Amino acid sequence: MMVSLSDPMAPRPFRVQGVRKETYDTFTLELDPPHSAADGFSFAPGQFNMVYVPGVGEVPISISGDPGKPQTLIHTVRSVGTATQKMCARGSGVVLGIRGPFGSSWPVEEAVGNDVVIVCGGIGLAPLRPALYYIMAHREKYGRVVLLYGARTPEDLLYKLELPKWRGQFDLQVEVTVDSVTNGSWRGNVGVVTTLIPPARFDADSTVAMVCGPEVMMRFTLLELERRGVPAENIFISMERNMKCAVGFCGHCQFGPTFICKDGPVFRYDQIQPIFATREI
Amino acid sequence: MAAESLERILGEHPFFGGMEEPYLQLFVDCASNVRFNAGDMIFREGEEANTFYLIRHGKVALETSAPERGSVVIGTLSEGDVLGWSWLVAPYKWRFDARAMDAVRAIALDGRCLRGRSEEDHDLGYELMKRCAQVMERRLQAARLQLLDVYGGGVSSKR
Amino acid sequence: MRKSSQTEPAVLERDQLQWLLQALINKGYRVLGPTVRDRAVVYDDVTSLSDLPVGWTDEQDGGTYRLKKRADGALFGYASGPTAAKKFLHPSDVRLWRAKAGNGFQMEEGPEGSPKLAFIGVRSCDLHAIAVQDKVFLDGKYGDPIYKARREDAFIVAVNCGQAGGTCFCVSMNTGPKATSGFDLALTEVLEDERHYFVVEVGTRLGAKVLDQVPHKAASAKEKAAAERIVAKTAGQMGRTMDTKGIKELLYRNYENSRWEDVAKRCLTCGNCTLVCPTCFCTTVEDVTDLTGEHVERWRKLDSCFTMDFSYIHGGSVRSSTRARYRQWMTHKLATWLDQFGTSGCVGCGRCITWCPVAIDITEEAGAIRQSEKS
Repeated sequence: MMVSLSDPMAPRPFRVQGVRKETYDTFTLELDPPHSAADGFSFAPGQFNMVYVPGVGEVPISISGDPGKPQTLIHTVRSVGTATQKMCARGSGVVLGIRGPFGSSWPVEEAVGNDVVIVCGGIGLAPLRPALYYIMAHREKYGRVVLLYGARTPEDLLYKLELPKWRGQFDLQVEVTVDSVTNGSWRGNVGVVTTLIPPARFDADSTVAMVCGPEVMMRFTLLELERRGVPAENIFISMERNMKCAVGFCGHCQFGPTFICKDGPVFRYDQIQPIFATREI
Repeated sequence: MAAESLERILGEHPFFGGMEEPYLQLFVDCASNVRFNAGDMIFREGEEANTFYLIRHGKVALETSAPERGSVVIGTLSEGDVLGWSWLVAPYKWRFDARAMDAVRAIALDGRCLRGRSEEDHDLGYELMKRCAQVMERRLQAARLQLLDVYGGGVSSKR
Repeated sequence: MRKSSQTEPAVLERDQLQWLLQALINKGYRVLGPTVRDRAVVYDDVTSLSDLPVGWTDEQDGGTYRLKKRADGALFGYASGPTAAKKFLHPSDVRLWRAKAGNGFQMEEGPEGSPKLAFIGVRSCDLHAIAVQDKVFLDGKYGDPIYKARREDAFIVAVNCGQAGGTCFCVSMNTGPKATSGFDLALTEVLEDERHYFVVEVGTRLGAKVLDQVPHKAASAKEKAAAERIVAKTAGQMGRTMDTKGIKELLYRNYENSRWEDVAKRCLTCGNCTLVCPTCFCTTVEDVTDLTGEHVERWRKLDSCFTMDFSYIHGGSVRSSTRARYRQWMTHKLATWLDQFGTSGCVGCGRCITWCPVAIDITEEAGAIRQSEKS
């Protein structure tokens, strides 16, 4: 039988029109939707696609572009396995298969009227960048907005050209730190991203926090946010697990009773607190 | 600056949170405002540790010197952080360099004086130890997280 | 599938059942039923009554399965085989699509179709298993087109169990032994007073239509009573029980119970339980290509949460210990399934107990955890 257009397992062809190197192993791909998609590719911040390299394989990648600019689909990809390596190496002109968008999204509407704290580590900034774009596009609706970002070394920072632009905005507090420095030219913070939380300028009583990064980093970040007095129901995290189908059938992404592809990847922390604390679940 | 406002500043600082009045006055007596210019060395590895600082403004780099790497920044501290605890733990010597990264304003506290008073008044000593232990605990946790190297990637890591 | 209560139960003599098979074949169904192969009862194509396990029964216990000859010639005298409808509704190797790569990317073909399927001899537990899988594949935001296509057209002839299997506990799970819904026709086999007949209950209008093609009589009160007696007797024969009261909360409270270490010492993570369980649905996706890289296909294959690959991310498995993997399987089956789909994942068929090489018993494990809270 022919593949129905609505079959969630069938990828649509998107052409890569640009590849930008962020770090040694991380690249940002800019993709054009197929001609049939007149409105571009709509998505909510925090969602992800299944990106298919024809003949090689398919992997889940967060969408990192501006939700207000759906004409181009943007993915920041870390080149770690066969599929992602091919994705980054093939360059412009190549066609990738896209399925999506899938998953839950950052609570950018819920956060209206509150301060917003975004804490991310490593590639964790990639799924949060769309939320930041959205918030900046509707800046007047929010209180104080803080971005706390940690990476391994200065060379591993993503979006190096954008970070100073964001920092330059008077209505955004941006603090960046690195775990260690390899040469002497870094004049910024050195230390883990959790150390940026105590002095950050936000009102813990009315703040929505969005956290993304390696699980260990998120665990310690949650501790620091709790210390500041941010209630668990105001903290949102993005979880990751092995994913194959992204539509809740293959069972791989189960995290306790949740499916990360359907119920996540963005979760309200208080709702998954007990599972989050259970080892090997 | 008048003594009353030093008292207010110290009283408001998280490190002194919950400190009883007579002790707070003692700290005020041992405190003074200091300034450093960008690039100034606040203290050096190996020196006697007799003063500790509450950073009010600016950034301080903790550094160590490694052969062929020169000065390596192992951590930075900023507004609100406590700089230095070696003044309270024998042998009272600094283990790292501290360099002002930009214009730094801080409150310096006479650690040697406080050490002496703590030997006489153990209640005071306990209050100080409690607070320093907290600072150390947070630093240790952060250092361990740094060591875990959670982000992976980078030129120098193996796949 | 609405129950058509207007049609009264019918009676078919033993040999007349062949006409039912024929009626289905004539209607273009691929008829699947129990057959004996490799010393087990296995679902396969049947065209004649002689394909069925005539005169066979099974002896099942923890880690034990044997076929034994019966004293009579019952057609459905066994309890359950290792496979069920899942083998055909949720097949283990399916091509999802085929496409042309190279310059651009073009979809060519979707999943292969299947002839409409008719299942004969589906036990009540397996009917519930089908209903459980319906919730997984049909109820969510996305439907599974492969399951949907096969399921929509499937014709189901259920069989009420004449005896309990060695590892059954359907009564505890409220899934049998009497088939109450989810079938087009339901048979109860009666061998009494030198007669061999089937009482046929009609479940749907389609079932009634098919039955109309087969010469039959209305069942007498005596015949209906015989059928009911048999099923009641089966219900009383259960060898195992599962206390399902508050079982979800029980398991949620006991993620760190030491019993998991205990079962981990025995479990081989062989995954047999996931292969024979009629509700286990996990699959994996495989992308393949020919040597030129121009013809690409995506295949779906049955998978098991017991493999190390299952939870693999970033250079390691989230569930690397046996303890974590067994715990995942059992808590999914009995607890998280309830939050995910509104039903238990377990239908009490007992297959996981029979086919576990080290005889791990899910009812015993659940019981032990419950007991550990009391002491």
